[in-house]
Amino acid sequence: MKPFTYVRAGSPAEAVGEFRDGAAYLGGGTNLVDLMRLGVTAPARVIDVTGAVSDEITVRDSGGLTIGAGVRNSDLGSHPLVRERYPMLARAVLNGASGQVRNAATVGGNLLQRTRCPYFQDVTMPCNKRSPGSGCQAMAPGADTEHLAILGHSSFCAATHPSDLAVALTALNTRVHVASPASVGQSAGPDNSRWIEMPGLHRLPGGMPEQDTVLQPGELITEVELPPPSSGRQAYRKVRERASFAFALVSVAALLDIGPDGLVRDCRVALGGVAHAPWRAHAAERVVLGARPGDAAFAGAAEAELRYARPLPGNEYKVVLARNLIASVLEELMP
Amino acid sequence: MSNGWWPGYGVPVMDSGYATDITMTVNGEPCAVRVDNRMSVLDLLRERLGLTGPKKGCDHGQCGACTVLIGTGLADGRRVNACLALAVAHDGASIQTIEGLGKPDDLHPLQRSFLRHDAFQCGYCTPGQLCSAVGMLSEPGPSAITADLAADPPLTLGEIRERMSGNLCRCGAYVNIVEAIAAEVPKSATGTGT
Repeated sequence: MKPFTYVRAGSPAEAVGEFRDGAAYLGGGTNLVDLMRLGVTAPARVIDVTGAVSDEITVRDSGGLTIGAGVRNSDLGSHPLVRERYPMLARAVLNGASGQVRNAATVGGNLLQRTRCPYFQDVTMPCNKRSPGSGCQAMAPGADTEHLAILGHSSFCAATHPSDLAVALTALNTRVHVASPASVGQSAGPDNSRWIEMPGLHRLPGGMPEQDTVLQPGELITEVELPPPSSGRQAYRKVRERASFAFALVSVAALLDIGPDGLVRDCRVALGGVAHAPWRAHAAERVVLGARPGDAAFAGAAEAELRYARPLPGNEYKVVLARNLIASVLEELMP
Repeated sequence: MSNGWWPGYGVPVMDSGYATDITMTVNGEPCAVRVDNRMSVLDLLRERLGLTGPKKGCDHGQCGACTVLIGTGLADGRRVNACLALAVAHDGASIQTIEGLGKPDDLHPLQRSFLRHDAFQCGYCTPGQLCSAVGMLSEPGPSAITADLAADPPLTLGEIRERMSGNLCRCGAYVNIVEAIAAEVPKSATGTGT
């Protein structure tokens, strides 16, 4: 690990003001410290933001929740209002990592964690995300593609976003508040902050897989805003290689609301483990919205979403898994 | 106490700018040290403070052998992976390790239970298992396997297994570890079934 200077910021403005090229923001450290130890990243300056952003969950007048970016994952998953009003979110958080990691990991850090693609984490391998222009080992014959993307990837990168939390936030129409350095200019408001909708925070790799999100250098997530709770039932289901403490092969966050006429009036589906970003399944939602809920609609929805999946040699199983999982979770949400 | 060298980093950099003076309370004792900013809490405990109870298993947060309790006071210590915690980011923290949990002639009830249930073979993961179990027993709310999110579920064997999944045991002593912990769950928090 390369030596680095350490700065503790007391406010978002101070954190952003301390940012320089080659700096990294530190939350709980559960991903950053590991990446520094592996040599994947080597910041010259580490800015500790745990004292700069809120670690509280507050209820807004609208009934929505504001979650400080410094809230620990364990406090989010055990919060009574999150459990009661946003069950898919509580389930997603509780399905992530281990008790020890959840105690340290923050909400902001969870959203900005890096992929666990084996080639990204192995500095002896080419990787366009870690070292732009070096190539993508996942595209080589015989590569280990089991955990890689089936949707939205490019010839430059097939990494997947590892977060469970982000999948639920993507289904819940969340928005993220960001403090911006003055250099970001007019895209941020007069108070040097801006809101980013989810989906929309994370991007697809295209030709620039080194950029996981739409954040500009130095921008800092300060809070996450959940809209007022929606009616309807929610679920989060995660399929992985062992029962606990493993990343998703495929996960599904879903909401289903059926109106008095027996037709679906709200449906949200988001997938984890399949793409460079948490994947909002708009095509599936369009099939179900306004339809009579049931096996036919749900199977059609799953089919519509996976129709354009492009698995890599070795991860074809994810297409079948994602299709079956969408249909199964929506069925589980039937009254 | 070692001479300041620690594994995996080479010679520590103690120049101001790359090193920081911090204070901590470790097992109730105040301590003031200058740390290389790169140093983990685990390396600080083992290499500088001579507390070798917390173990370096994977150094990636995957095995739990380094689990310690960190808080602002001993009472609210939370279990975390000491290998992923930068010492410099824990200025002012209270840390409890297995050495502070019990003494050979005055064991913590969970330590006695581990002995009674034969909950280890080689013992390498045991300090982490014990600190993790102490932290786990004070964590509120449901787990990933809890059916009813609204309730604080009884700590069945299944719940204990899920909540302890951050601690690996290469000897495979899991069955006895879970039973040793279950025996120390307060009666009000147990349920029936697994």
